[in-house]
Amino acid sequence: MSSSTSAFQEKKAAVVRFAGDSGDGMQVVGERFSDTSVTVPNSIATFPDYPAEIRAPIGTIAGVSAFQVHFGAQTVLTPGDEPDALVAMNPAALAVHLDDLAEAGLLIVNNASFTEDNLKMAKFESNPLDDPELRKKYEVLDIDISGLAVEALKDSELSMKDKLRTKNFFALGFTYWVYGRPLDPTINFINDKWGKKLPAVADANIKVLKAGYFLGETTEITRNRYMISRAEVAPGIYRKISGNEALALGLIAGARKSGRELTFSGYPITPASSVLEALAGYKHFGVKTVQAEDEIAAIGVALGASFAGGIGVTATSGPGMCLKSEFMGLACITELPLIIMDIQRGGPSTGLPTKTEQSDLLQALYGRHGESPIPVVAPNSPSDCFRAAYDAMRIALAYNTPVILLSDGYIANGSEPWNIPSEESLPDISRPLAKEGDPYLPYKRDPETFARTQAIPGQYGLEHRLGGLEKDEMGAISYDPSNHQEMTRLRAAKVEAIAKSNPELIIRGNKTGKLLVIGWGGTHGAIASAVDGLHNEGFDNITSVNLRHLNPMPTELGALIKGFDKVLVPELNTGQLAMIIRSKFLVDAKSMNKVQGRPFKVTEIQERILEVLKD
Amino acid sequence: MSVQPAAPPEELQRKDFITPNDVRWCPGCGDYAILNSLQRTLPDLGIAREDYCIISGIGCSSRFPYYMQTYGFHTIHGRAPSVATGVKVANPDLSVWIITGDGDGLSIGGNHTLHLLRRNLDVNVLLFNNRIYGLTKGQYSPTSPEGTRTKTTPSGSIDHPVNPLLFALGAEATFIARTVDNNPKHMVETFKAAHAHKGVSFVEIFQNCVIFNDGAFDDVYSKTTREEQLLKLEAGKPLTWGKDNEKGIRLNGLHPEIVNVAEIDSSELVVHDPNQESPIQAQMLANLTYPDFPTPIGVFRQIERPVYEEQVADQIKAAQEAKGTGTWQELLHGKSTWTVEG
Repeated sequence: MSSSTSAFQEKKAAVVRFAGDSGDGMQVVGERFSDTSVTVPNSIATFPDYPAEIRAPIGTIAGVSAFQVHFGAQTVLTPGDEPDALVAMNPAALAVHLDDLAEAGLLIVNNASFTEDNLKMAKFESNPLDDPELRKKYEVLDIDISGLAVEALKDSELSMKDKLRTKNFFALGFTYWVYGRPLDPTINFINDKWGKKLPAVADANIKVLKAGYFLGETTEITRNRYMISRAEVAPGIYRKISGNEALALGLIAGARKSGRELTFSGYPITPASSVLEALAGYKHFGVKTVQAEDEIAAIGVALGASFAGGIGVTATSGPGMCLKSEFMGLACITELPLIIMDIQRGGPSTGLPTKTEQSDLLQALYGRHGESPIPVVAPNSPSDCFRAAYDAMRIALAYNTPVILLSDGYIANGSEPWNIPSEESLPDISRPLAKEGDPYLPYKRDPETFARTQAIPGQYGLEHRLGGLEKDEMGAISYDPSNHQEMTRLRAAKVEAIAKSNPELIIRGNKTGKLLVIGWGGTHGAIASAVDGLHNEGFDNITSVNLRHLNPMPTELGALIKGFDKVLVPELNTGQLAMIIRSKFLVDAKSMNKVQGRPFKVTEIQERILEVLKD
Repeated sequence: MSVQPAAPPEELQRKDFITPNDVRWCPGCGDYAILNSLQRTLPDLGIAREDYCIISGIGCSSRFPYYMQTYGFHTIHGRAPSVATGVKVANPDLSVWIITGDGDGLSIGGNHTLHLLRRNLDVNVLLFNNRIYGLTKGQYSPTSPEGTRTKTTPSGSIDHPVNPLLFALGAEATFIARTVDNNPKHMVETFKAAHAHKGVSFVEIFQNCVIFNDGAFDDVYSKTTREEQLLKLEAGKPLTWGKDNEKGIRLNGLHPEIVNVAEIDSSELVVHDPNQESPIQAQMLANLTYPDFPTPIGVFRQIERPVYEEQVADQIKAAQEAKGTGTWQELLHGKSTWTVEG
């Protein structure tokens, strides 16, 4: 270890986790750290981890809230397996997160909060800071963060309570010093947020932020500072975006490009509510939002809007999907465009409402009455949610079908830089309605796509009735046995036909080899990082793909699978995609499963890959 | 199917609203008369045929859209209000009619009915109340009187029934009316009043199920009983009925009582005022039931309140006036971006 104070160690990437009580402002400082890092620029990915309770009793384990950011000089696809630095604002945060800290990692602790009461609430029998083992294992910096923050504000008129509330910015300032990050972006943020309304608060937070930074500079409290230099990032204009924000933008963009008016109806449910919240702020874009009385009504409102000529969208999570499934059947048989977004979380039932899981795949594919095929699209990263939402709208309109978009809590809440597309790069997804004056057969189909053409109320001379009863091509109710068989076939053929229009599968590695790793949705970052890492170590017999389209499956997948000796399917459930791969392609696919409410770590995927390779 | 283009609104006739489909209700079903009355009502409203949209749930009554030569949507059980909400939010210019029944609208779909009413969408709800499940062949419904014997209640039902009008009052519907399937003239009048009301219009229709609950309303509306049992509500007129309007209602404290009009000062009679803000009179009227009281028909309550879909549109308009109609740059770039140079 170098003995000079200000020398930086160069690192390719680092992971920092801020953890504290849910009232400690950990999400705020985590966001600030991320926003500052993208200006370097570094490649980043973030993951907020907050409790289900809004305000669990202060100091308890249930009340711990955390935010992790992974920033690198190389492309970063996940929020990181384990933090290199952990900021623990209280004993409970230490209790929850210490086990994750990397070996010899940096542990920054607010020792002012290690009181007897707080230790008890965190179930510590003695003060862990007194344990010499802790200091052997990690580089422990126990700082009186609360005291120093208050000290920095000795001239401020703020109340003691308000002074103490600035302590998160002290921790942030100190962490900035460790990683050599600039303060200006955060100072600008503070001024924008509080400068006008609460200048005293803005002033205090800036003072404390600087005090935290200067603590490192002046006291030589640690000799270790880390430099993560500029990443080679593709040129372009970037913004930071979370998955749910990106979904909202993708929907608005799709509606604009298709000329359909967007009506979004949802019912509050974690982790989907922020899609409705985001869209409610875009009224001036002509977006109509309805907070419905329940999950069922939310999809009903959306379907009604589509029937009337707009594009209806609803979003929910697993339990809400169950409630919506009857309406999905109606959307399927009436062949109306509709988007249903499922932001998956740990289940069944209320399960782990704030934690991530991929356990609704089979429900999305098959969880309905009758033969009711519905296309399923799964975004694979926070920024990919934009394209996925846009693509879901393309499919819904081109094929007159409901589409399920399967996101998850991990990419919904996580954020990453997004290379903003130009408007021109977005394909035209508009679809003509039936023409007034022409004879109208509601279920007459396009010979290639099998899609019917929509006519909407208000169009002259095209009056017709849709409904849940089986119809013939004319749109008349039909109980004819062969008609039902034919319509069932056509509905399935239509969904299968979508495959031709979907983007090609992106193959990471060679097209033949020993092992094909098949993932879907939000595990993309972890799987791709794992495979990239192994490629760098010379394992060029491993290839991975991420399925963004689960129904219909990519047409080239079957042939690709044949080029490999083995198939591994890592997923955050107990083997749902693996079951489909096995049955559809008659291959002995191995599973890798995790249902802990947490995403995969890159290292655990690598370990499993090497294990399967050895078998 | 090829549709015969409709005449201009002012020339529309009943025949323009009849579909070629065979009507498949049981012979003698009250639904026929209601269908007929709506087909007589719509041509007179000055609305183009393509601007009508009939939305139903599931049940005998909910087959209705298939028999109307308009746009229609036969949805799922109890959920027509949500679909209608989406339709009306997406296109406020449409004239939307929700067709529902006692099971559809008050049992499986009770929640949606509640929220449709309190939001005050400008739609018309026709609730066909036959006090039975017809399409599933005769189980008791949420409006069946206590003691109703059906296949699922061989010992008589023990559920206290819901009074549709009290439900609508509780949800603060802005227009509440009742009509009967054996009085086409009254139905047409009521439907026209429902249409004219700006806001949600809730109309309960006593509808006879000839197969599973025949005669359910005979005590109040048959040829022999209606004169003594039906109280026709008219705004500004005192509550009187009977062969010579000899019976009336006055209030004793908060309680209605039947009086002989000849024996009291006419100023003591309750005068019907559906437009009063207070729901108390409408509540009193909705509580009048056979056999203690006559059964009122007509408009119970009609008040003004802002309309949901108009407010949705107004908020959008206000946002656009304040911020413009949104640009691609604003949408995609948001508040804060950074540039990575090539």
